[in-house]
Amino acid sequence: MKKWQCVVCGLIYDEAEGWPEDGIEPGTRWEDVPEDWLCPDCGVGKEDFEMIEIG
Amino acid sequence: MTEQTPVVIVGTGLSGYSLVREFRKLDKETPVIMVTADDGISYSKPMLSTGFTKDKDADGLAQASPESMAEQLGVEIRPWSTVTGIDTDAHELVLGDRRLRYGKLVLAWGADVIRLSLKGDAQDRVFSINDLVDYRVFRKALAGGQRVAIMGAGLIGCEFANDLRNGGYEVDVIAPDADLMPSLLPEAAAGAVRSELENLGVRFHLGTVVEQVTRQGGGVELALGNGETLQADLVVSAVGLRPRTELARSAGIAANRGIQVNRALETSAPDVYALGDCAEVDGRVLLYVLPLMACARALAKTLSGVRTEVAYGTMPVMVKTPCCPTAVCPPPPEAEGEWRTEQDGSSVKALFVSPAGATLGFAVTGRFAVEKQMLARDVPPLHQS
Repeated sequence: MKKWQCVVCGLIYDEAEGWPEDGIEPGTRWEDVPEDWLCPDCGVGKEDFEMIEIG
Repeated sequence: MTEQTPVVIVGTGLSGYSLVREFRKLDKETPVIMVTADDGISYSKPMLSTGFTKDKDADGLAQASPESMAEQLGVEIRPWSTVTGIDTDAHELVLGDRRLRYGKLVLAWGADVIRLSLKGDAQDRVFSINDLVDYRVFRKALAGGQRVAIMGAGLIGCEFANDLRNGGYEVDVIAPDADLMPSLLPEAAAGAVRSELENLGVRFHLGTVVEQVTRQGGGVELALGNGETLQADLVVSAVGLRPRTELARSAGIAANRGIQVNRALETSAPDVYALGDCAEVDGRVLLYVLPLMACARALAKTLSGVRTEVAYGTMPVMVKTPCCPTAVCPPPPEAEGEWRTEQDGSSVKALFVSPAGATLGFAVTGRFAVEKQMLARDVPPLHQS
């Protein structure tokens, strides 16, 4: 499971947790997150997220 | 003398930094100089209206110093440098008595807040929050206070109202229209946000304006047009933004509501580009993050030698009112059609449907907000190609 961070606002998408508020189940891999999913905090798209090392 | 003239970018907000981040993915060599009138600290502007909810002050919202951004991106950054003119013939930026030669110039200097003219002796207790520097000043002024009056019930006014309530402050909102966010939301959705903000304890005074702000004890008294008076510790003015165009105009660069650029972000002057809150792109002034990021990506390609036009997709706007999650994709202003609304308490789903039955826009609140992505797939992109 990896984590991805929004380069604009720093929000972290954790594959293990998913994003249930937007219907993305825990365990959903980044590549399976819909292409049109938007950062819940600042509204940018998936292309503005970068993979980060697991802390 | 073959030294390359730099790309010069005016502004280190979301537009300036996003552009450089994208540009450096394509070109690591061309020198880049970023000039900014403020401190050059990198931060995410949409987060300014979430400080209390996320328990972050101005330092907490700051992401990186200009020094660290300069190192990370391989650029030179000059904070506290105010541009006073542009000499487009000489390809020079004028900074007081100094000049800076550019190969290509990007204007990403944002928008100014609109200030209302108010009567009274407490003008210095009226704060506008349009950047991190403003936010720092506001938080310092608010320390020890309990009551905030917000002028304006647009997106920013509503977001701050929610955030300040989450921070435990008493909040009054004063605005001239009968509904919240009138240019953004259809009536039913606006009503839903209003009733949830009221449930949270926000007091609305709509259909009226603040006429006078006078000192009273350690705080202020506001006199409204409808005869009411309110007490507060300070006032937040959130009545709108106006793209900064003056310097461009005086340099002979075409401007309308914003600095006019085509889809390649080119102004009327050679080698001068604009994006973000100061720009009117192909006739549109869109002060949101998604259009800005799309412009940054396109312009980065152009600056690296491949002229690229921006193509706006479907760009929903999320309103950060956690008490009533809201997303909206406004129909184009000229679009024909009508709103069809489904409502269950504060959960509203409104679709803007054309006579031919196509969905051209939507607004969703409450439990319908999760449908934003699905609905956005039905809405045609702003640019078809």
